[in-house]
Amino acid sequence: MSIAHMMASGIGGIRTSGDLVARMQFGKKMKTPVAKEYVAKKLGISVLDLTDVYVMRDLREALGIGVTVGLPGAPRGIAAKMNIEKLLDIKINCCENFRKMTSKR
Amino acid sequence: MAEYLTYMGDGKRIWSTREKIIDDLQAGMAEAVEVGNVPDLSSEELAMLCDIVCDRNRIVSVEPGNEIVLSNDGAQNKFTGDSGSSGCGIEISALAAAQVHERAMSMDTFEFGSYDNNYSVKPLKAVIAMQMQKMEDMQNSMIVPFFYGAMPNMGLYYEPDGPFGNPPDMMREGKVEEAQSEMEKAMDMMTRDIEFMGVKMQEAGSDGFNFDTTASAGDGDFLSVLRGVELLKKARPEAQTMVGMSSENVIGIHGMLDYKGHDVAGIYPHDQAKLAEMAGVDVFGPVTNTKSGKSLAWNMAYSVAIIKECEKKSNLPCHVNLGMGVGGIPMLETPPAEAVTRCSKAMVEVAKVDGI
Repeated sequence: MSIAHMMASGIGGIRTSGDLVARMQFGKKMKTPVAKEYVAKKLGISVLDLTDVYVMRDLREALGIGVTVGLPGAPRGIAAKMNIEKLLDIKINCCENFRKMTSKR
Repeated sequence: MAEYLTYMGDGKRIWSTREKIIDDLQAGMAEAVEVGNVPDLSSEELAMLCDIVCDRNRIVSVEPGNEIVLSNDGAQNKFTGDSGSSGCGIEISALAAAQVHERAMSMDTFEFGSYDNNYSVKPLKAVIAMQMQKMEDMQNSMIVPFFYGAMPNMGLYYEPDGPFGNPPDMMREGKVEEAQSEMEKAMDMMTRDIEFMGVKMQEAGSDGFNFDTTASAGDGDFLSVLRGVELLKKARPEAQTMVGMSSENVIGIHGMLDYKGHDVAGIYPHDQAKLAEMAGVDVFGPVTNTKSGKSLAWNMAYSVAIIKECEKKSNLPCHVNLGMGVGGIPMLETPPAEAVTRCSKAMVEVAKVDGI
């Protein structure tokens, strides 16, 4: 079911920019065209490029925001999300928690 | 006369002519207009739906640039569950299931939920600390927006599972006012439980809360979720909430409830979305129910007409439910990918949904 929807209509998750568009949609209540415009502007690419793996694979690695393949040394998990915060100019709840936990007590 | 391979609402393959498909599309739309009080689809939109159904290819898709966000319900149960939830029965951890969805299946968001505790708010209170530590660990490893998911499931608040009298049983005995009173007590408890669960999961780093199959126990269930979201957003404004419905209209089991002056019972997605917006919900998940005795074309037109009006009227992003037996997709635990991709394309390019 999930695979059929991804093939038919999905942006592509971390293969491309689906997680980034979703962050703006859930966090700022942006409808999809608005969220795509926002993310494309932040990435410095066109809206059509958002779903182009040829563009997004290397761009995600360069920005340290997580890639779909195993890549030792590249940020993933919460490290990637901390870079996503800066890229999209948002706060992510678990990153806030992480900073609180690791701040000087 | 040329015939096209298409499907019934139970997933059975049938052959149909273009003329019959057009008739079914028009009949499905007419039903939506009547029961959902929504406008007709235009002739251009019906023609688009006809082309989607009649496409000779097995798999169809949206045009590049039209892609939308995919969200989930059911969490890791898609892998670990049994046939009751169309689960695959695979022994796999919640984290591994989430990472497969993120890194191999290209999902844009995912969620964690507990099926050892009915995936429901009330029993999950008892294991909240375990849920929190799992959420903390999983947030360290996940990249996509990652939510906590559970069903409100107000049925669990009634006897024999809960502390309050069982309204359907009481109504059968003619005790209507007593039944309404028990529902109102259950609503108050569920509202507080939603706030409690939501706040705790935010403390654990969750991006937010997915309320799956909202209103499964009727108007009281829906109203409690709206009130619970209000309280959660007041306590933790960063909590991102998605309210996914269980059915196309809210069943009026209580029948006399309102939310800020708006009737709750019997409302369809375009009115449900308005109430969700008033409560502070971030993403709304409308539903239409597939009729298994009607064709894919009939169900597609029916669903698209209702969901298009919801998307049009809603200021919130709408993620239409497109699982088994909803949104035009056949009522089958292994629905044909041919039908799934057709409904997916129809919802995105005709109903203009923000997500699935």
